Amino acid sequence: MSKWIENKEGMRVLLMGNEAIVRGALEAGVHVAAGYPGTPSSEIIENLSKVARERHLYVEWSTNEKISLEVAAAASFAGLRAICPMKQNGVNVASDFLLHLAGSGTRGGLVLVSCDDPGALSSANEGESRHFARMIEIPLLEPGDFQEAKDMTRWAFELSEEIKNIVMVRSVTRLSHASGSVRLGKLPEKKGTAEFRFQGPFLNPDTGPVSSMPVAYHHDLQHKKLDRVRELFEESPFNTYEGPEKPELLVITSSACTLYCREALNLLGLKDRVGLLKLGTTWPLPPKLVKSYLAKAGKILIVEEVISFLEDSVKILAAEQAAEIGIKTFYGKNDGSIPMIGELNPDLVAAGLSKIMGVPYLSMDGAYEKEAQEAAGSLAPGRELNFCPGCPHRASFWSIHKALQLDNRQGFVCGDIGCYSLGALPAGFQSVKIAHAMGSGLGLACGFGKLGDFGMDQPTIAVCGDSTFFHAVLPALVNAIHQEAATLLIILDNSGTAMTGFQPHPGLPINAVGQEAPKVDIARVCEAMGAKVVIRDPFNLEETRATINALLEQGGVKVLILRQICALSPEKKGKEDYRMQIDESRCLGDECGCNHLCTRIFRCPGLIWDKGTKKSRIDEVICVGCGVCADICPNGAIMREEPVSL
Amino acid sequence: MKPLIQDPYNIILAGVGGQGNVLASRVLANMLSRQGYFLTIGETFGASQRGGSVMSHLRVSAASTWSPQIPKGKAHIIIALEPVEAIRILATYGNRQVTVLTNTRPVYPVSVIAGECNYPETDIIKKTLERLSARVWLIDATEEAMKLGNPILSNIIMIGAVGGLGLLPIQLEDFVSVIGETFPEKLLSVNQQAFEIGQNKVKK
Ligand code: SF4
Ligand code: SF4
Repeated sequence: MSKWIENKEGMRVLLMGNEAIVRGALEAGVHVAAGYPGTPSSEIIENLSKVARERHLYVEWSTNEKISLEVAAAASFAGLRAICPMKQNGVNVASDFLLHLAGSGTRGGLVLVSCDDPGALSSANEGESRHFARMIEIPLLEPGDFQEAKDMTRWAFELSEEIKNIVMVRSVTRLSHASGSVRLGKLPEKKGTAEFRFQGPFLNPDTGPVSSMPVAYHHDLQHKKLDRVRELFEESPFNTYEGPEKPELLVITSSACTLYCREALNLLGLKDRVGLLKLGTTWPLPPKLVKSYLAKAGKILIVEEVISFLEDSVKILAAEQAAEIGIKTFYGKNDGSIPMIGELNPDLVAAGLSKIMGVPYLSMDGAYEKEAQEAAGSLAPGRELNFCPGCPHRASFWSIHKALQLDNRQGFVCGDIGCYSLGALPAGFQSVKIAHAMGSGLGLACGFGKLGDFGMDQPTIAVCGDSTFFHAVLPALVNAIHQEAATLLIILDNSGTAMTGFQPHPGLPINAVGQEAPKVDIARVCEAMGAKVVIRDPFNLEETRATINALLEQGGVKVLILRQICALSPEKKGKEDYRMQIDESRCLGDECGCNHLCTRIFRCPGLIWDKGTKKSRIDEVICVGCGVCADICPNGAIMREEPVSL
Repeated sequence: MKPLIQDPYNIILAGVGGQGNVLASRVLANMLSRQGYFLTIGETFGASQRGGSVMSHLRVSAASTWSPQIPKGKAHIIIALEPVEAIRILATYGNRQVTVLTNTRPVYPVSVIAGECNYPETDIIKKTLERLSARVWLIDATEEAMKLGNPILSNIIMIGAVGGLGLLPIQLEDFVSVIGETFPEKLLSVNQQAFEIGQNKVKK
């Protein structure tokens, strides 16, 4: 994996978009990297941490995105180059500091990489971060392919230093997580030196103290910087045009949509009639450049994901220049040529183009499509998301569900963001009834917990993971304790940030680069804050269930830590605790707990319902031998046996 | 660099989270990339790893970088690590000329485990695939992989089968040099064995 980080200038290699960003940062001589894991951004810090030693980098997983940006900014203030990657939600978290930072300006090159997730392929929303660039008034770059992901990242550091402000590079899942061919550049040799200079005159950008105040001065300066950015963007090689000199239609696009547009034009055979202007510098737009292309055509189609950000910016420019370039007809999201929501693909762009240009397009032969779809509909049962075999969350939710049933007061779970969001599905016995941002589970539970005076007597349970606890639950816990909100916080501690690939967090004795690090003990932190803390093993179902019921009877803030390592974690993988077996003679099958409780309700994929014998079976390829199902079977048909020694 | 039968040549690798889909697509792509072709791999992971269907799109071209999403109906070869996933893919990316290679071992969706849905019999799957494609290869890759000691090797057996078909310029030597960089020494020989088993499954 780290082969490509070696200095192989000129070589063409296959890189994932996030790896290309890493390579670009390394070619720029980045010194510091800080982030919080979030799909699709996590591989950036991960890969930088792998080469931290060879490349003299400081790399950390911070507790949340705002802190990671603060860490990166400190490096910049000390004259170093720093990168701060995050997913779209992270920019919301970081935005408070970001607004101040944009006012104060930076010193060493500082690049914020935001990896958005159009289509919410692995997110709970498809919000996007580009508006932050406009709102906070910082330059925005959007790479259109893998090569640009590398080259633009490298250039972003230079741009940042030229204007002395932070630069935002925006990727999307289909770039970050896709892979393509990239030609490598040179890696620099020298190691950085850090010094924060603060003895100079108050407003000196290199030697004075750093602040966004006085605001009027700094805000004005920020606008002068943006004027310079516009000039630089006019000449940028990242803005390209392909197509005829006088196109019938001009398509303006950016980001991964560039590839969809190219493919759609190819599919429809429109390359000689339609022009494609691909913009890499999308805020602020270079007015002269955009004007010169707008002047070429009467019809303009804008293709982008997700919000009509580019479309709005281009329309403003066109309105300002209407006297010179004439009135244009615009197509895009607002007229429905391109869908308003979701991610795009070549077919969706082709559909829009085919309508505007009056060129028919049939992607699949109709009879074939009908036949294939009927076959899939009847023969390929859907795959609902499920907890993995041996997942501690399935066991935890089993006990939570049982406890709430027994409690019988219409209690519910306020969920949070992580694998355990699946607690809303049958996989988690539909226990989670509400789920929003990181840390919002407990915040909401605080609110529900204060509604007693209004007649609300439903108990609430908030769940969070160990990494989420540090990210955003801590402040909510302070609130719960101080406001005396009656609530039970269950921390599903599986020793890592499992959803994004086991990045370490402050609760573990290891840091981002694999060195030993002081571990912050979650239980002691909660206790010190004033919560009552109990620790249990979720695989011990009956004890866990009884504990939850007992805690639900008590007032005040209770914290239950359910600690069991994730089934997919590197330490656990391949090691089974038990070899499982089902005693067919004891399996009740159809007669069991409203018919085969283990497969129908407990739903571990390691169990199979055998239609022939009408009994349950263990799937030895999938079962990881956690042994939990043995305790849910009412007739003791599922049995744990010690693992055979290998 | 040999010209491709079609340019871009579109490959879909499908399966279920946990079957080694991502690794298989990287190995296949690297084998082609080091011969000088432009490669694009489109894949998504995250929530989809938790029991959901997963799919990688591979585009091979002698000329340029293509979109990480293959347009509808434009797959040239479908490699399924799980049989009903092959049917699912055909509904969106299939056509009368497509070649399908599928592992025969089912991974039951939870709805099937729970007894709420049916999983089709192997011969129904086979007939359906034959109807919807130009040619189909059914390979008992998981069973062969278990004989080698690890069911996950089924993904390499399937890649070996692609090599055996001769539709793409990939040979055992390419595979060996790619895995030499990816896997630790002790895993090389078993992976090579898996690749060869796959090759032989389609040759005869
Ligand atoms: S194994 Fe136990 S829980 Fe499953 S169907 Fe048989 S009796 Fe019921
Ligand atoms: S022991 Fe039971 S619960 Fe655990 S993985 Fe195997 S089948 Fe699933």
